[in-house]
Amino acid sequence: MFTIKDILETNQMITQNNLDVRTITMGISLRDCGHPDIKVTAQKVYDKITRKAEKLVQVGEELEMELGVPIINKRISVTPVSMVGESCDSNDYVPLAKALDEAGKAVGVNFIGGFSALVDKGYTKGDRNLICSIPEALAVTDIVCSSVSVGSTKCGINMDAVAEMGRVIKMAAERTADRDAIGCAKLVVFCNAVPDNPFMAGAFHGVTEPETVINVGVSGPGVVKHALEAVRGQDIGAVAETIKKTAFKITRVGQLVAQEAARRLDTQFGIIDLSLAPTPAIGDSVAHILEEIGLESCGCPGTTATLAMLNDAVKKGGLMASSYVGGLSGAFIPVSEDAGMIAAVERGSLTLEKLEAMTCVCSVGLDMIAIPGDVTAETISAIIADEAAIGMINNKTTAVRLIPVPGKTVGEQVEFGGLLGYAPIIAVSKFKADAFIARGGRIPAPVRSLTN
Amino acid sequence: MRIVLTIVGKDKVGIIAKVSNILAEHGVNILNINQNIMEGFFNMVLIADMTGAAVKLQDLKDIFTALGRDIGVEIRVQSEEIFTAMHRI
Repeated sequence: MFTIKDILETNQMITQNNLDVRTITMGISLRDCGHPDIKVTAQKVYDKITRKAEKLVQVGEELEMELGVPIINKRISVTPVSMVGESCDSNDYVPLAKALDEAGKAVGVNFIGGFSALVDKGYTKGDRNLICSIPEALAVTDIVCSSVSVGSTKCGINMDAVAEMGRVIKMAAERTADRDAIGCAKLVVFCNAVPDNPFMAGAFHGVTEPETVINVGVSGPGVVKHALEAVRGQDIGAVAETIKKTAFKITRVGQLVAQEAARRLDTQFGIIDLSLAPTPAIGDSVAHILEEIGLESCGCPGTTATLAMLNDAVKKGGLMASSYVGGLSGAFIPVSEDAGMIAAVERGSLTLEKLEAMTCVCSVGLDMIAIPGDVTAETISAIIADEAAIGMINNKTTAVRLIPVPGKTVGEQVEFGGLLGYAPIIAVSKFKADAFIARGGRIPAPVRSLTN
Repeated sequence: MRIVLTIVGKDKVGIIAKVSNILAEHGVNILNINQNIMEGFFNMVLIADMTGAAVKLQDLKDIFTALGRDIGVEIRVQSEEIFTAMHRI
């Protein structure tokens, strides 16, 4: 039998510390939807998604009601659309994005990811068509998310794709300039992309995945912050231990939701993603955890060390709580989605360069960062190349989700609303790497020993 | 299904009576009650079995939310599974 303390602790986590399950994401294979006529392909895509995910939202809401824990998002990830569209005669894949948008809205999910291409080593015809379609696709749809993988530890970095993605991000920003470049908030550039990530905007259903699958992303920065308030003044070992225990409890809830959702949807449970995902809500911030550990303001010296410890302790606690762990699994540091990160940028303690250093030790990369609208495509490409290099060398996933906001500059703000939050525009170096980006080609795959 | 009912709020006469009456009316069997007063606040955890109950969980939740509003306490009704997952290995 439980003690009254156990039960009140769980309910305090939910009601006061923002414990929630961040997302139930259903992966759906669209490998059987290809057809020479893109209209037929789009119809097959729509039909399959609405059939397979018909009950996803209903089951999510049932579990939320029964367990009393909020399940914030119900989402869908699909096979990279570059592969689905590959056999179409058309070069324009926007109709496929529209089919995803309509299907996602029909079943009531928050986002649908997988308007994606994997070009670590080079392009197929479908990859080229997809990447060219991204700016328009993100402008004419509401809930479709797009991602492009430009490198990996095994393949090196495709610098032609890096150069192209700088231009695509600029085009996506211009195409949605009237909405503060919201298109870019739905577009991620990856190195070492994972096939089972439940989080947006980078979710897609990888080629090694089954027909359908349920992946769950947990959350709970507020719960960790609250637990750490009880060990103020104790040594860092006590901090790590407290984070581990808390991560264990949070993950157990995710595991329960994932198993039960998979059972009720008659599909397979894939993985739990052990991530601390912040929201703009007060008390739900990763930056505030780091400050609770002893930083004056996130981004100051000591930030990388505290973040490394936090990230590692979350994994150690979560691993025992779940039978299958995967996805991105690490603390997220999306600037616009974290009240503490936003405040740190406003105070001047958190810069783009420090964020880059932080991505060496945590998931997932330069995420939801608003930059001046006059930053060039080449400079964005160079930032992508730096971030991809960190991922490639360290054998980890890294990503870039930058928002060059047209007409805005440092000192101004951009508001995305909802979970995407708001962000102060952050300064970018004025020095150029245009000649490096203009070279193109591929960075060779790195050596895996002699790793200093 | 076993449920956990938690009540937190300002103490007053008859909270347990009202709650247990509703459960009895709907055929929900009480297995365990744990109640105390912490810092002037009424805290109660009640575990009950819904096997054979004549009410759905969602409806029971609605009834208790309304009761909580009437008597000025917060009443939560949840499946026992979330507590088992979090506090038992």
